Amino acid sequence: MGELENLKGRNLLEPGDFTVAEQKALFDLADKIADSPGAYQDTAKGRLLAALFFEPSTRTRLSFESAMLRLGGQAIGFSEAQSSSAAKGESIADTVRTVGCYADLTVIRHPKEGSCRVAAQASDVPVINAGDGGHHHPTQTLTDLMTIRREKGRLDRLRVGLCGDLKFGRTVHSLIKAMSAYDGTGFYLISPEELRVPSYVIRDIEAGNGSTYVETRSLGGAIDRLDILYMTRVQRERFFNEEDYIRLKDSYILDAMKMRPARADMIVMHPLPRVNEIAAEVDKDPRAVYFKQAKNGMYVRMALISALLGEAQE
Amino acid sequence: MEVNEIENGIVIDHIKAGTGLKALSYLGIDTRTDTVALIMNAQSSKHGRKDIIKIENLLDIDLASLGLLDCGATVNYIEGGELVKKVKLALPERVTDVIKCKNPRCVTSVEPAIQHVFLLVDPETEEYRCEYCDETVRF
Ligand SMILES: [Zn+2]
Repeated sequence: MGELENLKGRNLLEPGDFTVAEQKALFDLADKIADSPGAYQDTAKGRLLAALFFEPSTRTRLSFESAMLRLGGQAIGFSEAQSSSAAKGESIADTVRTVGCYADLTVIRHPKEGSCRVAAQASDVPVINAGDGGHHHPTQTLTDLMTIRREKGRLDRLRVGLCGDLKFGRTVHSLIKAMSAYDGTGFYLISPEELRVPSYVIRDIEAGNGSTYVETRSLGGAIDRLDILYMTRVQRERFFNEEDYIRLKDSYILDAMKMRPARADMIVMHPLPRVNEIAAEVDKDPRAVYFKQAKNGMYVRMALISALLGEAQE
Repeated sequence: MEVNEIENGIVIDHIKAGTGLKALSYLGIDTRTDTVALIMNAQSSKHGRKDIIKIENLLDIDLASLGLLDCGATVNYIEGGELVKKVKLALPERVTDVIKCKNPRCVTSVEPAIQHVFLLVDPETEEYRCEYCDETVRF
């Protein structure tokens, strides 16, 4: 026991809120849940989760609600600000304080950065950040780490390729920071010149546990060295002009041809939803794990909810 | 220029020349009622020119935010004409409601009745970050 008990009553606002040891305990539990989900069907019986989505994110909301329902608990909430009291001008603090009177746990998604901290300060029950603007999305990071650990058997000494929009991709920045905490991570940062990682992310790598990085424009030149390839979307609106976008977009689309030189045990990840950055033909490649990743997201949220409610059995 | 010594109160010395007025506003001194002298561009043996603030009959003021403006300043507490305490200002760890976060995506731009809190990141660079959105600033 210990680490999981420690999480009882806590908030998860940003990935760094949990120590590496606490994360490990959480992933151990998530693995067990994934192996026999039925054994956990009464874990949150009689408990209520409030999902406050001030902006729509169907995928994340469904993942949290499924997680709670599979634990035997129930979920309430709203899925956009228009249908909530926020439309009448109620503050985040008041909304969360009120909901805390009904529910045992609050999940919040809000377009403003730091909104989850306002919620946590006002709330008597644990708060989970399900995305605060371009700031943090810690359960996505937990999902990514759990998937890597489950597929590769470890989180240290891995060569991680991140490909696509590395400038605006919050998911990518959080994952880089989280993986930098593990021993000897080698990053391959694959992006067009216009979408390179910001300097503060490079500083996270440099402050890491022996992490190294290479920046490159070429997916083809790096793919054969990777243990993990994490794809993100290159969006049209990120470019100043249409020609640059058209010239570059195909270089960052993964297809069966580009997969050929990759190692047999490399895994391909993607936070989903995907648009066209991974060709559908890659889906049947056993190295594509992005749908498993979505499933892991539910399991890790089940583990998280259990731990914050103080119901986690080791 | 001469300003009489004070019997009881505070003398803030070695304020960076030209920042004395701003220092007064950071201190929240009420210039309508408090007895205050602001001396600007006084000769200083150390720094060439400096500003000095003298506040009479007031010992209980919040100096934390003054550290932000000028962490080289010294505060002298005077009672009965005697110097009883001398404090060198340092950068405060936590600054509440002195400035507002400028990040338009920050929750502080929409949430009513919220405190604007900045936390010291690095005393070397004098960088602070918004407690909510992590936007960094230097005061
Ligand atoms: Zn802010």
